[in-house]
Parts: sequence; C-alpha cells; structure tokens
Amino acid sequence: MLNNKNLSTYLLVTPQTLIFVLFLVLPIIAIAIVSFWNFNGFAMTPGFTLSNYLGIFTSKVYLSTYLNTFKFAAIVWLICLLISYPVAYFLAFQIKSPQWQTIWFLICTVPFLTSNIIRMIAWIPFLGREGLLNQALMGLNLIDRPIEIFLFSDFAVVLAMVQLYCLFMIAPIFNSMVRIDRALVSAAEDLGSSSFQIQKEIILPLSAPGIAIGSIFVVTLVMGEFATMRLMSGGKSSSVGYLIKNQIDSLQYPMAAANAIVLLLLALIVVALILRTVDIRKQL
Amino acid sequence: MDKYKRSLSYYFLAAFFGLFVLFLYGPMLSMFLLSLQGTKGTLTFPMRGFSFYWLQSVFAEQRVGNFVEAFGRSFSLAIIIALITVVFSVLAGLAFRKQFKGSSAIFYLTISSLIVPSILVSLGIGILFSLINLPVQWFSSALAGHLTWTLPFAFLIMLGIFGRFNPAYEEAARDLGASETTTFWEVIFPLIAASVVGVALLGFTLSYDEFTRTSLISGATNTLPLEIFGMTTNVTSPALYALGTLTTIFSFALIGVTLFTIQFLSRRQIK
Repeated sequence: MLNNKNLSTYLLVTPQTLIFVLFLVLPIIAIAIVSFWNFNGFAMTPGFTLSNYLGIFTSKVYLSTYLNTFKFAAIVWLICLLISYPVAYFLAFQIKSPQWQTIWFLICTVPFLTSNIIRMIAWIPFLGREGLLNQALMGLNLIDRPIEIFLFSDFAVVLAMVQLYCLFMIAPIFNSMVRIDRALVSAAEDLGSSSFQIQKEIILPLSAPGIAIGSIFVVTLVMGEFATMRLMSGGKSSSVGYLIKNQIDSLQYPMAAANAIVLLLLALIVVALILRTVDIRKQL
Repeated sequence: MDKYKRSLSYYFLAAFFGLFVLFLYGPMLSMFLLSLQGTKGTLTFPMRGFSFYWLQSVFAEQRVGNFVEAFGRSFSLAIIIALITVVFSVLAGLAFRKQFKGSSAIFYLTISSLIVPSILVSLGIGILFSLINLPVQWFSSALAGHLTWTLPFAFLIMLGIFGRFNPAYEEAARDLGASETTTFWEVIFPLIAASVVGVALLGFTLSYDEFTRTSLISGATNTLPLEIFGMTTNVTSPALYALGTLTTIFSFALIGVTLFTIQFLSRRQIK
C-alpha cells in the first residue's frame, strides 16, 4: 500500500529521525547496558551486576547529592516562575504595539544566544570579595566586612542558573499569553472583575500550558548540567551531573551510567507529574 | 479611577521588567568595562586604568591557552551544525504538513531529546563510541551531541512555519504542471527563506555555545566553551573578561547581521 506520496514523506523524515535513533536512543540503551557492567579499578568489563545501583541507594553521599540536585531544581524553578510570569505578562498584555513587543522580546532573548560559561564569568565582578555587591553593602553601612560567600556559594549557583535558564520559562508563557483572546479580558472587565480575578480566572489558567512547558525545560536543564554547579559553587556544592562528570574523569563508566539512568528516570517522573497536572497538547 | 489603576500596574510591571533587563545585561556590561583596564587590572572594580592590552592579549597564545584554534573548531562545527539543522528540519517540516503513520511517534522522539538531561547525551554518545571502538572527536561525537540539541528546536519552529503556510500556492504551482522540486525551490523556499535564516542562526549559536552535551565527547581537542571553562580555574587576570567580551561581541554581531537579513528577506517577500 506504500504509494509514491507516502514513500516520499518517509524519506523526508528519515535523516532527522536517524539522528535521534543513532545519537539519542542508542546512546541511552548503551548507558543502560553499561550500568550493569563491572568496574575493575581502571576499566569497565562486560558482565551483569547490580552493585552500581546498590551503591547509589546505600551511599549517604550519593543520596544527599540527589537531594541537592532536586533542591536546586526546585528553587531555580520557583524563582524562574516568579520572574517569568510578570515579565511575560508585561510583554504580552501591557505592551500594545506588536513591533515593540518583538523588540523587547528580542532584547530578552539575545543574552541567551551568547555563551553560558561567559555569562557565569560575568558574575565575578559583581559577586566577588571586592565585587560590586559587597562594595554597595559596605557603602550603605549594612555590613562592615566584605561577605565572602556571594561568589562560590549556593546563592551564586541559584543566581546564575536563574539568569541562564529563565528565558526557557518566559518564552513558552509569553507564547501562551499572546494567544489569549483579548475579548475575554475586556468582557471580564466590563462585568466588573477585579484585576486579581482576571489573573486568577482567565490569564493564569490559559497560560498554564506555557508554564508547564517552561517548567519542564527549567527542571530538566538544571538536573542535567554541571558547569554552573562547578563554577559558581567553586566545587563546594554537588549535583548528579557533576558527580557523573567526576566519575567519567576517573573512568568509572559503569557507576556513571547507573547514576545517569537514575537521573533520567527521576527527570521523566518529574515531567510526567507536570504533564498530569496540565494538558499541554493544545500548545504543540 | 480605572484608568489610574491600570497605569499604576503598568509602571510597576515596567519597573520590574527594567530590573530584569538589568539583571540580564548588567553582569555582561561590567565584564566589558573590566576587560578595558590597564595592565595592572584585576578581576574586580574599580577599574585600574584604561587600555586595549587585555583584548590584545587574547591573541597572544601563552597567556590564555590556545584560544584561536578552539575558536576555529567551534566556528567550523557551528557552520556544519547550522547547515545540517536547516536541511534536516526543513525536510521533516515538509513531511509533517500532513499526518502520516508514525508521525506522532517521531514527534515525541524528537521532543524527548530536549528533556533528556544533557549530561546523558554526552555520556551516552561517549559510551557508544567506546563500545564500537571509535575515538571521540569534536567533528564526529560532539557533532552528534549538538544535533540532538539543535534539531528539536529547529523542528518545532518548522512545524510552526508550515502550520501557518497557505497550501493554495503550491497547489496552484502543481496544477500548472510544476514538479515537486520546482514547486519547492520556486514557491515554498522563497516563502520560508526568512525563517530558514532564523533557524540557521539558532543552530549556529546553540552549537557555538554548547557546553554540557560536548563536555565528555570532544576528544583531545577542546571547543571554545570547553577551552574557556578550563581557563576559569587558572586564569585570574582580566584576560578572561577580554575573551568573554570578544566572543560576546562576535555573537551580537552575528545576531545583528541575521536579523538584518531576515528583515530584508521578509520585506522582499511582501513585495
């Protein structure tokens, strides 16, 4: 039954699909296999052992690293949401001219097209021991000695992550909000709704799919990275990504693979939970 | 009364938005300023003198590692990624103009690449290459890792573009006897050209700045973000800022040129 037209459709999707089969599906299968292999101290050897997984669930260090990863994902997610919702609302509803809407949205987007590493480095003059934040606080006589912990702390990690990833929250929320029928809002206004009621009954529910998509992005981005954690905490705080990176550096591939599989399952559970609360299909 | 209330919330939100923009650009600006210090400059304010010494020092090899070669690698890789991303996503976009058997499976496979934690992609491709005894290289394994990140975004954009597409144009071309290829190049491509430029820019910058998906699989030689990450531990002079300033200016210039091209193309399209 495969006629010419169908054949050409499948030929068109083949290159892209092949990339994902070869470089996403196969690698994850490879990780899953290796996670059951043995490690003899300097190389991995084929076999079947559960010790890599048992090692994760019985080690206090690993468990606290997982908790730490979740803690950062939750804090960064919450702050991103609190920033992104008003920013997206301002762009979508308060800026009336479409041209200015585009310009301001682009201004928000441009930094996200520059290097993450550079954007982390750019925090040093602000957060360092002699940085602007300490100078300002000393100038205001709020503190008498520079605070060391601004740079290389959990605070710095969260600050940098929020700055790095909040566009992934702003863009989908903005996208949901510009689709909201303005007639709904004016009808509610005419019927005497307060602006709080309009937010609660109209704008928040209708932008929920955007919030869900943004949340999935932010949470999985934070869970899957290690550079910000390494750079901004000065190596003091750890995440699963950082742990995996360190295990690879010491060639412990099976251990790293087991951690990666656990991380993937946790990320998928979070995504599934978000998708259960909000139906995002209308946005896709 | 109502008018007054609305304008109050407007100013409040505008101030919030202004602070947000400052939050985005402030650190970057201070980095720019500090890269223009004199030879006695340090990593923090106040500025110690003014010179182009540190910007020039970026090109002197001994001070900041091999920046020029890493830039060359990242640049070539980003060009290749941009080309592949555009071609593959346009092809897939064309196929997705109608439903076909398996289309939703392929859709979810593509999207899932965005939510798989990046470190897994890096690790997985690394393990895969070692299982089949291939060395990891920036132009093979890192290229693969980058595609898993750029293609889903490009694909989503293409779906949006073809979703808004008026099929009457191509039907007219076909009715007049044009072949599929002719229809694509004469009718479809001019209509999507501006968006294709945008997708190319996105592919380029996502690849050029990519870190985590490259980190375990670039082989013996570093891409630029990896090189800079390595420098953060041992370079404590404003040379680090100078490098940041130069690469950021490069990104800005690229974005500017692209936006200009897009405007030019979409204006021509209206005529």
